[in-house]
Amino acid sequence: MNLSEYFELLISDYTLRTISIGTAILGAICGMLGSFAVLRKQSLLGDAISHAALPGIAIAFLIIESKNSTIFLIGALISGLIGTFWIRGIINKTHLKSDTALGLILSIFFGFGMLLLTYIQKLPNANQAGLESYLFGQAATLIESDVWLMAVVTGISLIILLLFWKELKILLFDPDFTKTLGFNTRFLDILITSFIVVAIVLGLQTVGVVLMSAMLLAPAAAARQWTNSLSTMIFIAALFGASSGVIGTGISASSNNLPTGPVIVIIAGVFVLVSFIFSPGRGLLFRQIRFRKNRRDLQLHKTLSFMYNIAKNHENISHPHAIRILNNFQGFTKKSLKELEDHNYIKLQGNMWSMTETGYHKAANLYNQITKTHE
Amino acid sequence: MNSAQIEIQLIASLVAIACAIPGTFLVLRKMALITDAISHSILPGIVIGFFITHDLSSPILILLATATGVLTVILVEFIQKTGLVKEDTAIGLVFPALFSIGIIMISKNASDVHLDIDAVLLGELAFAPFDRLIVQNIDLGPKSLWIIGSIVMITLSLLFTFFKELKVSTFDKGLAASLGFSPILIHYGLMTVSSITTVGAFDAVGAILVIALMIAPAATAYLLTQDLRKMLSLAILFGIAGAILGYWTAHFLDASISGSITTVLGIIFLLVYLFAKNKGLFSVLYRQKQQKIEVLLLTFLLHLNNHSEKEERHVKHLTEHINWQKVKAKTVLNLALKNNMITVEDKIVSLTEKGKTFTEEAINYIITNKDTEIEKMKDRFFLFRG
Repeated sequence: MNLSEYFELLISDYTLRTISIGTAILGAICGMLGSFAVLRKQSLLGDAISHAALPGIAIAFLIIESKNSTIFLIGALISGLIGTFWIRGIINKTHLKSDTALGLILSIFFGFGMLLLTYIQKLPNANQAGLESYLFGQAATLIESDVWLMAVVTGISLIILLLFWKELKILLFDPDFTKTLGFNTRFLDILITSFIVVAIVLGLQTVGVVLMSAMLLAPAAAARQWTNSLSTMIFIAALFGASSGVIGTGISASSNNLPTGPVIVIIAGVFVLVSFIFSPGRGLLFRQIRFRKNRRDLQLHKTLSFMYNIAKNHENISHPHAIRILNNFQGFTKKSLKELEDHNYIKLQGNMWSMTETGYHKAANLYNQITKTHE
Repeated sequence: MNSAQIEIQLIASLVAIACAIPGTFLVLRKMALITDAISHSILPGIVIGFFITHDLSSPILILLATATGVLTVILVEFIQKTGLVKEDTAIGLVFPALFSIGIIMISKNASDVHLDIDAVLLGELAFAPFDRLIVQNIDLGPKSLWIIGSIVMITLSLLFTFFKELKVSTFDKGLAASLGFSPILIHYGLMTVSSITTVGAFDAVGAILVIALMIAPAATAYLLTQDLRKMLSLAILFGIAGAILGYWTAHFLDASISGSITTVLGIIFLLVYLFAKNKGLFSVLYRQKQQKIEVLLLTFLLHLNNHSEKEERHVKHLTEHINWQKVKAKTVLNLALKNNMITVEDKIVSLTEKGKTFTEEAINYIITNKDTEIEKMKDRFFLFRG
């Protein structure tokens, strides 16, 4: 099955449609809430939380002894929240820094989860098969009720986001100011963190514990490059997330032995790469082009002002001079002289150059302009 | 205990030592999460190396994977330098992408590669004793033991040779640079050692345990001491304890060895986090409560010092005017009485001589902005602490 067949099947095939809608919703909610995580410098919190959710899934299985993704989600949610609050406790109450706290909780919870998973595998219970799919995600296990759950949670978080839009926005950019305005920052903080945990937990089944953090970060980091407005960024991030979900699922479904999670993450990674390079405002490519252009302009201005210093010592400013006398000055080339002529700042005649009226004025006001714009 | 069990514990302990040393420095340098990135992103290096050599313990594979680890660090730093995203996001973007590439390579070639995803995350410590190094028909012990052993030797010799440089550059980069040690060289040296350790340990204990073994013992030790030498030795000690206790836990539960080593490390951390003498949660909470009451006491004494009129000094006034609850007012009053700061006659509170001196000195410190001196003053005046 190739990709175009996949898109045909998307319309006709029920299972594939369910899965694709599921990953699209997941991508959208992750992009949305991920924007907050990225802007709040909590990018790696997602990584820690997703790993911390694993023991919850295992314990949920040990309690109910059968597979039920909703119960698993609740287990994951509880252990994710415990992990999150422990991280906060470590950062607030001890002198250990946030990176240590994150790495610590991430590895300890995950290790404990793996201990439980391997313990479960040894149990004489046939139901346990497939718990490992939570490690790297298996979109194929999504059923309609899962998708409904995702849709409902996305709807709720969208409503909460809109209700608290102003408060969350101000908290994001100036927490101290928010506090002085009398908002309950603690409540808002817990609110947004809890929703990030919920988004992560929702994605565990599809993308898996290990790579869930990328799902949260990548669309938001890519969207950040295209805009400076929060609402636009959230919208673009949701769009990027949904597209990487759908495309990733498609590629994963179109070939054997391709786990969904890693493919979605790589697609999201491609979005990031493209955004980093090609975004017009911040992208590396345009930044490099702007940088070159500025350097060339500066070089031209330097040449012009050097010429101006020579020309102003003569009564007739358009008195021709030999190009040779510019040799002391390192910044000029044939090309740059030609360019100055194109701007009508100088005239070239064989080996001689002479300044024009416009060029003289331009050069005389060169520094004035610069000082003016900086005032 | 049979010889395989001893060998497994030996390997686990050596891994713990090899991880604890760079881990301590990473925790101190606030770069703990780079281990997370390295341990995940060396996967493509390992897979490619495995395609070439078909041997998980070949030197080429270790070299390739180490290079991937250092490449990750360079990539993360490059993204950080562009300023397009905040620092931690750079880590979060790089390693999942590289890890995904590794996973996809494994899954696509699952049929002809004996490298499965569980082994990547958890390692195969239980099988380590079966892969033996045999030279001219003489059994020299498990291969992983030799690999980890040499990594420990390298790490230890580097540690002893460059201890001073590492110490200075960890705590004061500027000073290190002005003394002529290149911080960049030390930084990348540390990164290389971390990568080598991660790669070497990877085969035995898997990606996640490497992170746990690097961070958890160092973080636990950091809660107990501020001395670098002590912290290093404590970290090594905790690592080894975790390794051996973890092995036996796994043995009794019949579960993953690396999973239980991590869990034991977590329990050790939790105990220290709760009960450490000065930095533990309980002692921090206790100290915070103590200081809260002592600040209240000081406020109360200042209030008494300011007012000579009787109605302002009535016991009831505490609850009525300063808005303290009954219990709180009683605690403060009792503390002041116990310390001989006040006397109570007919429910009218007045300062004693000692109380007056204390209050005046405190005011002096507050006015001259030397609030920290008050702590020392408390030691002189207080018979009982709050």
